Amino acid sequence: MSTTKTALRDFGFGQDEAMLRDMARKMLAERLPMERLRTLVAAAPEPVYDKGERPPWDEQLWAEIVALGWTGLAVGEAEGGSNISLVGIAGIVEEVGRHALPSPLIPTLMASLVLRAAGGDVACEILKRIAGGATASLAVTNDRGSWEPEDAPLVASEQGGDLVLHGEARFVQDAFKANILVGSAKLGDKLVLWAAKTNADGLSLQADHIHDLTRDQASVHFNGVRLGADSIVSRDGAEILKTAWPSLLVLVSADLCGASERLLQTTVDYAKERVQFDRPIGFFQAVKHPLVNAMVEIDRARSLLYHAAAEIVAGSGRAEIAAHMAKSAASDAAAFISDRAIQLHGGIGFTWEYGLHIYFKRNLHNQTLLGDGVHHRKKLADLLIGPVSTSPNLGRDPATS
Amino acid sequence: MSSADLSLEHHEFGEYVRRWLAENAPPPPPERLPITPIEVMTIGQRDYLQAWQRKCYDAGLVGADYPKDYGGHGNIGFQRIANQEMNRAGVPFLINIVGLSMAAPTILQHGTEEQKRKFIPGCLSGEEIWCQGFSEPGAGSDLANQRTSAVRLGDEWIVNGHKVWTSLGHFAKWMILVTRTSKDDKYNGLTYFLCPIEGHPGVTVRPLVKITGETGFNEVFFQDVRIPDAYRLDDVGKGWAVAMTTLLAERGASEGAGSGGGGGESAIRDLIALARGTWRNGLLAADDPVTRDAIMKRAIVAEGLRQNAKRARVPALCDHPMRLPLQQKLTGSEFQQDNARLGVEIAGAHSTLYKRDPRAPQAGHWPLAFLNSYGNTIAAGTNEIQRNILGERVLGLPKSK
Repeated sequence: MSTTKTALRDFGFGQDEAMLRDMARKMLAERLPMERLRTLVAAAPEPVYDKGERPPWDEQLWAEIVALGWTGLAVGEAEGGSNISLVGIAGIVEEVGRHALPSPLIPTLMASLVLRAAGGDVACEILKRIAGGATASLAVTNDRGSWEPEDAPLVASEQGGDLVLHGEARFVQDAFKANILVGSAKLGDKLVLWAAKTNADGLSLQADHIHDLTRDQASVHFNGVRLGADSIVSRDGAEILKTAWPSLLVLVSADLCGASERLLQTTVDYAKERVQFDRPIGFFQAVKHPLVNAMVEIDRARSLLYHAAAEIVAGSGRAEIAAHMAKSAASDAAAFISDRAIQLHGGIGFTWEYGLHIYFKRNLHNQTLLGDGVHHRKKLADLLIGPVSTSPNLGRDPATS
Repeated sequence: MSSADLSLEHHEFGEYVRRWLAENAPPPPPERLPITPIEVMTIGQRDYLQAWQRKCYDAGLVGADYPKDYGGHGNIGFQRIANQEMNRAGVPFLINIVGLSMAAPTILQHGTEEQKRKFIPGCLSGEEIWCQGFSEPGAGSDLANQRTSAVRLGDEWIVNGHKVWTSLGHFAKWMILVTRTSKDDKYNGLTYFLCPIEGHPGVTVRPLVKITGETGFNEVFFQDVRIPDAYRLDDVGKGWAVAMTTLLAERGASEGAGSGGGGGESAIRDLIALARGTWRNGLLAADDPVTRDAIMKRAIVAEGLRQNAKRARVPALCDHPMRLPLQQKLTGSEFQQDNARLGVEIAGAHSTLYKRDPRAPQAGHWPLAFLNSYGNTIAAGTNEIQRNILGERVLGLPKSK
């Protein structure tokens, strides 16, 4: 990424980015209208919630998305990708969120961004496969659910030139849809970044039983998974994850913004049609005003989203601050409109059949993914106010180090 | 001129404004300044602020985009830059807020050539202070319920009535005045005038005392006041449409003739400084996680407002052209109020100390700002009315009236 200091004009969102976004919107509106989404992921609650099956997804649609080159959006041209800027990607991911698309797209983009931050031959080879349609996901979260880039879930040891991985990576997004995992492991006092195929020997996936119907999630067990030099992405993993982290926050924020705007519009439409006391309920200020408040929050989140993406693209020193702000605002805006959407729809919104819950749950999942609003404001306070100075009780738990 | 030239020119202007503000920062005021221009009380405050606006005007920071024929500087897209830089520099505000953000844009759009030449230059230089005669005892949120009458008599109009909440009325040379010229039609019976105030026969300005114990607002009484027909703005019966132009300008739909100073940017810095100097539960408030979280919420809103203003100029990232502009009054006034409320909370016991207490933090700024903040959440259409406007015009919900 370049290191220019100048702010991007219009957040770097120009005609090309708008065209891509509009194309994504049109395609997803045609291929995944609300009714199709509902019958796809929420035909009945039993398979997923009672029988423990993984939520279904549309593999045919995914094949078309791969054919459009979306897995390679964040991959450089030299590796066969389309090298779209993070600002342009944010536009597409907003549409993905708007349509609550079940797919490995976002995890694949996340893995791509980490690999790009790493650079080097190993990363480039994997990026080529991703641009060619391979799917990927990150395995960087430990059993504590820590969102600290330096808290690796696995322990690595060196045997010959190989790396042997042990442990359990938790909360791996869409792991059952991924061909490749990119993750972190502790190697002595360093953090090593590795890549492994999900069908590697010694690696096993165990599905988490989750409420969100638009993804799968797994705990991934590493029982002596042996990786050669062609799978070691970097031995300076902490620095790379820290560099890539703000762009990962942008992706989840974009999904939240898109889904939240959809919930707002859906609820506004309902408030115009639903008549009680001889008037459409949107006439009443108890309905109208919260919807305006939700709009204000979504707009704030959306402006901060594009600000963060633009700062990252420009290599600005404020990128980290901007990304924490974006994710905090997006998580909170999503929580608010999700809440009001169900409440203002009244009884119908509470039913399985109506399908609002699909968005509610996707948002609820994304709100906490990579840290909720409180988490990011804590990070932000450390940057803007400075670290807490006089409170030993708030220091790190000695057990983690 | 190509767009590249244009942006270079803008870049240079930004540099110029920053340099100018650094070199021409005004001396400290002779007495405490109010928080916003609508609360200017004393002649000392007025003279100091009027001199500052004049200096900014002469330097090209005010009226930057207005035509030279009307006293402006004839540029394109410069005012926004000047406004931003004045905000950032934390310089005093521009006193002639009604002239700059309401009268000048309205006269520019609806005035005759003669009116534009006569009235706009004094708005920009600050030489002629303006006030607004819209609100009446019976016409608050229901603005069209105007009672102040204007009756035609030859080339003159005779005005009788009572206006309230008139900021700057005690210093104003002119008033933008909405009157009732016909009782037959609520909206089409209104006519808009540019009315002389200072020393004008039949006009009485009487101060109103606010909850802070300060003046700044006034009541203005009209008893057989004569206004020449040449001071009528636009057609008889068009007053509502003209008033809408004024309110749109006020709510921030245009860059205006100049605004800035008074420091939204510094609010977060002030809160952090306050937290660093205040004890809470045996810790500095700046080390208290709840306080840190609360300040970061404010910081996120502050950045969100800045980025909203930026996104409002990127049509590809705006679903509805008025969606962001119409939020400005609502979000800006609640931003100030929430900041002040938090300042009071952080100051704790010390927040009980008011203006004249020598040990009051920041000379009693926080409780004073909090009390005063209700002026802006009520004025210019209460925030409840703003939410109706946004719900109806942007979200398309049924009208509340």
